[in-house]
Amino acid sequence: MTSFFQNLGMGYDAAWFTATIAGILLIALPLMLAVAMIIYAERKLWAAFALRRGPNVVGPFGVLQSFADGLKVFLQETIIPSASNRGLFLIAPIITFTVALMAWAVIPFADGVVLANINVGLLYILAISSLGVYGVVIAGWASNSKYPFYSAMRAAAQMISYEVSIGFILICIVLWAGTFNIGGIIEGQRGHVFGFINAYAFNPLLFPIAVMFLISSMAETARAPFDLTEAESELVAGYQTEYSSMAFALFWLGEYANVLLMCALNAILFWGGYLPPVDWAPLYLVPGIIWFFAKILLMFFIFAWVKATVPRYRYDQLMRLGWKVFLPISLFWVFLVSGYLMFTGHFA
Amino acid sequence: MIQLISFYIFASIVIASAAMVIFARNPVHSVLWLIVAFFNAAGLMVLIGAEFIAMLLVIVYVGAVAVLFLFVVMMLDIDFAELRAGFVKNVPLGILLAVVLVAELVLGIGAYQAGAVKLGTPGAGVATVSATVPNIEAIGGLLYSKYVFLFETAGLILLVAMVGAIVLTHRRSHGTRGQNISSQVQRRPEDATRNVNQPVGQGIEL
Repeated sequence: MTSFFQNLGMGYDAAWFTATIAGILLIALPLMLAVAMIIYAERKLWAAFALRRGPNVVGPFGVLQSFADGLKVFLQETIIPSASNRGLFLIAPIITFTVALMAWAVIPFADGVVLANINVGLLYILAISSLGVYGVVIAGWASNSKYPFYSAMRAAAQMISYEVSIGFILICIVLWAGTFNIGGIIEGQRGHVFGFINAYAFNPLLFPIAVMFLISSMAETARAPFDLTEAESELVAGYQTEYSSMAFALFWLGEYANVLLMCALNAILFWGGYLPPVDWAPLYLVPGIIWFFAKILLMFFIFAWVKATVPRYRYDQLMRLGWKVFLPISLFWVFLVSGYLMFTGHFA
Repeated sequence: MIQLISFYIFASIVIASAAMVIFARNPVHSVLWLIVAFFNAAGLMVLIGAEFIAMLLVIVYVGAVAVLFLFVVMMLDIDFAELRAGFVKNVPLGILLAVVLVAELVLGIGAYQAGAVKLGTPGAGVATVSATVPNIEAIGGLLYSKYVFLFETAGLILLVAMVGAIVLTHRRSHGTRGQNISSQVQRRPEDATRNVNQPVGQGIEL
């Protein structure tokens, strides 16, 4: 994109600057629209699972429901509790929202269509997503109220627990792909299984960790059945209890942007990202971005499906799953995968 | 140009937030300022081309260590009056520490200007950052060949520390019943329930 702006007669610095800003806007604005639509889609899905109609009043089939909700929230009064820590109380939703957007910088939407093609892309995502917990923790503490504080404690412990097993799972993938670059990982899946299936998930050795990564990503984004940070039967609304108006909306947007990011990460690491499912020439006529979005939506459907059907975990069960099941298995899998690759001479 | 601007932005934020760590009244604010300092230090690492170190700094320090700090500090019940009461008592110690630090600083600068102490091979200088070999490969190549014993020793020390922490804090609790997931999963309806065709007018046997 830099060369495009250079052709318009700009110097290199100015062209690079304009291209980067344009790239950021091109990712962030459609992402906001996507979040609005995905909330609508998810509500429709839950309604279908529960044999209800779901939103059907605003616009055709209720498509504009999210925008109506957004407008309502925008017009509400912002209430700041007098006992709260004012500055941090307002910063917390901004952190959640910003962090959820930042990680998208290294996601390739099609071959070469990426804002920042950096060598340590996967580590960057891990680093940024580990920042996400601060929004929740700060919100819980700054609210100066019991339930948000419980929620903050839970969030901190939960996200650290599952980051460990996510890290090991990513190491398996990185070992196989031989790079931390996300584009490189996607290209490594081209014709990976039987020479024509473009996905790591169909590799028998990697399929178990694909499942584990899906479950861990639900826990990492604090989605049902692991939504203990906002368990309404125990903690009112968790860390968002004291929030209203735009601050609440920012949490909401950030949460769904995070969910979409995790869906994208699942699609990239295990289902071939922007590659078509099989390595067959006519399928490459469909643009990569469409394959990528289709995979994200499929993962999102699974997320919504799980949320609609699986009952919530108890907190000790959540911790048990993270530390006593996923951590040993993923650690063992690192040995297994590296041993297999060593044995077959992958590193030679 | 942009490197220079970013360097000054990152560096000044690191220094300012590090200062705020000690000037902030509230310990939670201190930890948050510390996180800002870590984050901007990672920015400095990116500027000199050490992107792997930068990411590790964020993942390890911001993502794990500082979260645990915050976790502990948030639970403190801070009484500001008591904090101020301790001020007078600790002033002599604080002044002593400050004097020692200033003396060390002066000594260090003096020794530096007198000429560096010769250690190891002279002229080895700073390793240059290669533009073609990625950071991770360069570090891995050194870590797993030249420094493999040091690396493994570090790992061993961490393992010992971890085992030590577990031994110190682990208490076998008495009188609590744990959950045996596999026995729960194996339990069938027949083990717990029975169907009875109950005749009318008779009591039920429990």
